[in-house]
Amino acid sequence: MIDEDPTRRLALKAGGATLGAAAFARALAPLTEWKPTTSVDEFLQKHYKELDAAEMKEVLARLEQDTLEETGVSVSIADPRPLPGVRFAYALNLSICIGCRRCAEACHKENNHDRASHNSYIRVLEMEKGSLDLAKGNAHYTSPVPRKGKLYMPVQCHQCDNAPCVKVCPIEATWKEADGIVVVDYNWCIGCRYCEAACPYHARRFNWQKPEVPAEEINPDQAYLSNRLRPQGVMEKCTFCLHRTREGRFPACLEACPTGARVFGNVLDPQSEIRWVLENKRVFVLKEDVGTRPRFFYFFDE
Amino acid sequence: MTLPTEHVRTYPRFIWDALGIATDGKFPFYAWMTALTAVFLVGVNAWAHQTVDGLALTALSDHVSWGMYIGNFTFAVGLAAGAVMMVIPAYLYKDHAMHDVVIVGEILAIAAIVVSLAFVNVDLGRIDRAWHLMPVVGRFHWPVSMLTWDVLVLGGYLLINLHVVGYLLYTRFLGQTPNPRWYVPFVFLSIVWAVSIHTVTAFLYSGLGGRPFWNTALLAPRFIVSAFVSGPAFIVLALQVVRRLTKFHVGDAPISTLVKILRVTVIINLFLVFSEVFTEFYTGGSHTAAAQYLYFGLHGHDALVPWIWTAIVFNITSAALFLSSSTRTHLWRVDIGCGLALVGLWIEKGIGLIVPGFIPSTLHEVIEYLPNRLEWKVTLGIWALGLMVFTIGLKVAIAVFTGRMRAAEPPASPTVEA
Repeated sequence: MIDEDPTRRLALKAGGATLGAAAFARALAPLTEWKPTTSVDEFLQKHYKELDAAEMKEVLARLEQDTLEETGVSVSIADPRPLPGVRFAYALNLSICIGCRRCAEACHKENNHDRASHNSYIRVLEMEKGSLDLAKGNAHYTSPVPRKGKLYMPVQCHQCDNAPCVKVCPIEATWKEADGIVVVDYNWCIGCRYCEAACPYHARRFNWQKPEVPAEEINPDQAYLSNRLRPQGVMEKCTFCLHRTREGRFPACLEACPTGARVFGNVLDPQSEIRWVLENKRVFVLKEDVGTRPRFFYFFDE
Repeated sequence: MTLPTEHVRTYPRFIWDALGIATDGKFPFYAWMTALTAVFLVGVNAWAHQTVDGLALTALSDHVSWGMYIGNFTFAVGLAAGAVMMVIPAYLYKDHAMHDVVIVGEILAIAAIVVSLAFVNVDLGRIDRAWHLMPVVGRFHWPVSMLTWDVLVLGGYLLINLHVVGYLLYTRFLGQTPNPRWYVPFVFLSIVWAVSIHTVTAFLYSGLGGRPFWNTALLAPRFIVSAFVSGPAFIVLALQVVRRLTKFHVGDAPISTLVKILRVTVIINLFLVFSEVFTEFYTGGSHTAAAQYLYFGLHGHDALVPWIWTAIVFNITSAALFLSSSTRTHLWRVDIGCGLALVGLWIEKGIGLIVPGFIPSTLHEVIEYLPNRLEWKVTLGIWALGLMVFTIGLKVAIAVFTGRMRAAEPPASPTVEA
C-alpha cells in the first residue's frame, strides 16, 4: 500500500528517522565516558621507530605527566636503547628450580602488573620427573614445594629469533630489537591479539581492562617499551626487564630466585656465565620443532 | 545516451530514489526493519560498554583470546565467498536463468563482507587506532602478516561487488543496457577474489605452528568447500523469500542449479571433515588434544561437545535431505536442509573451529570458553546490521529491475510494490 498523501508519508519517515537517530545516540551513550586517549597528540602519535629524539622526549614527558595526573605518582619513563655488542640470552637450571614462584611474584611487582588478576609474565609448570610432556604439567599447583618426584619449569617469553608473534602482527606494533628482545609499542598496538594466538609459549598477555596498581605499589623506574603502566586494550609481554638489563642490571626474576637456577647475560661476551652454560651444559629449548629459535634455554645439572 | 555531465544530476537522483525505496514499504517491511534496528541497537549499546570497560566484559581470556567474534567473522567471510556460486553459473556457464537473479548473490557478498568487517572491528582492543591498519597511512606489515592480506582481499572484494552492483543498478535506472566492458571484467575478477578471501582467512589460522588444531593444510580447502555450502544454502532460502514477497521473477531453474551445487559441496565438506577427524584420532598423541576436547571432552571439560555434535547431526541430515529430495516436488525438504546446513556450518566454522585452537592452551592448560550475554548481544546486533544491508540492497535492486525505480518520470498507473 502506497500512502495516498505523500506529505504525510514524508513526515512519518522524518519522524521515524528522528526516533531512530535518537535511539542510536542513546545506544552509543556509554561512549561519552570513554577516555582512550588524553590528547590529540596521543591519538596521532607515530610508531616508535618513526619518532625522532625530540619527539620521543615529548612523548616520554607526556606519559610521565599523564601518570602523575592519573595516579599521583611521579615516575620516570626512560627509553634505553639496545647496547652495541650485546645479545641477551637466558638459561634456566631445571635441576635446582624448586617451583617457589618467587620469580613470577618479582615480575608481578617489577613490571607494574594488574593487581586484581595477579598477572605475571612467568608461569611455572609442575611436571612429573621423567617427562617433559607439557600435557602432564600443572600450572595451578598449590601444595608446598618442592614436591618429591616433581620437576618445576618456569615459562616466560623466549624472545625467539624467528618469532611468530612478530611475523603475524599486521602493523609492526611488535618487533625484535638488536639485543634480541621482542618488544611492544603499547601506543601503537590495536589489540587484535593475533600475536597471542601465534605464540607457542603462552608468553603474551592482553590488557582486557585498564590494569590497576595501587599508587604506593607503583614501580617508578620505568621504560617506554617495558614496565610503564599499560593502557587498556593492548598486548604486553616479558622484555627481559630491559629497563634494568640495558643498564647492566639483572632481570627482576633472576634477582628473586633463591636457588640460583637462573642465568642471564650477554652471549657475545666470552667471559659471561650464560656463555659458559651454553657451551658446557646440555641445554635444550622448548618446542624446538616449531622452529622459533628461542633465546631462552633450559638445562639440567648432572 | 546520457551525457557525462548528466550524471551530476542523475546520480544524486538515483541515490535519493534508492533512499526513498529503502524506507518505503508495507507493514511487514517496517516491522522487519524495526525489529532488526532494535536488535542492532542492543548490539551497539553492548559494544559501547565493551569499548569503555574493555574486552574484560567478554568471556575471553589470555587462554582463549579469540572466540565468538572471530568465529562469526570466519563464517561470514565464507558466506561472502559462497555467493560466487551464483556468479560462476551465470557468467562462466552462461546460465541465463541464473544471470537474471545473480544480483541477489552479489548483494549477499556485500552484506556478508560488512558483517565480517564489523566482527573484526568489535574484536579490536583499540578501535580508536584502527587507522594503523590502513595501507599507506598506518604501518602495514605486508606481505609478511596474513592479516594485512585479509585487509586487502576483504576490502577489495567489497569494492568490486559494490562497483558491479552499483553499476548494473544505475545503468538500469537510467534505462540503458549495461556496457559489458564496465562490469564483466570485474565480475570475473570477483570470482578469483572470492576464492582468495576465504583462502587468506584460512591461512590466518593454518600458518600458526604453535596451534596444532589449525596447523593443517586441509584448512583452506575446507573453508572453500564449506563456503560453497553456506553461500548457496543462504541464497536458496533468500530467493524463495524474494519470490513470495515481491514481484521480482525468480524461476525454479536457479534454485535447482544451486541445489545441484549443494549436493556436491555438502558431500565434499563432510569428506574433508572426516579426513581431518581420522588423521587427528588415528595418529593420537598430544597433537590430538584439541580434537579430543572438541568432540569428546578433555579431563572432564566438555563445553563444546554438544555444539559440535549438533553441527555434525545437522550437516549429515542436510546432506541426506539435499540428496534425497527433488526441488520440484519436495522443495520444503531442501529448505530445511539449507537451514540445518547454515546452523551446522556456523558452529563448525565458528565456535567449533576457533575455540579448540586455544584448548588446551600452548602450555596445555584447559581453560574453557563459551560466549557470554554481552558477546551474544554484539553478535546478534551485527547480524541484524547485515540483514538490514541485505534487505535494503535487495529492495532497491528489485525496484530497479521491476521498473518501479526509473530515472524518467514514473508512469501514472499504480506503482508496483516491491
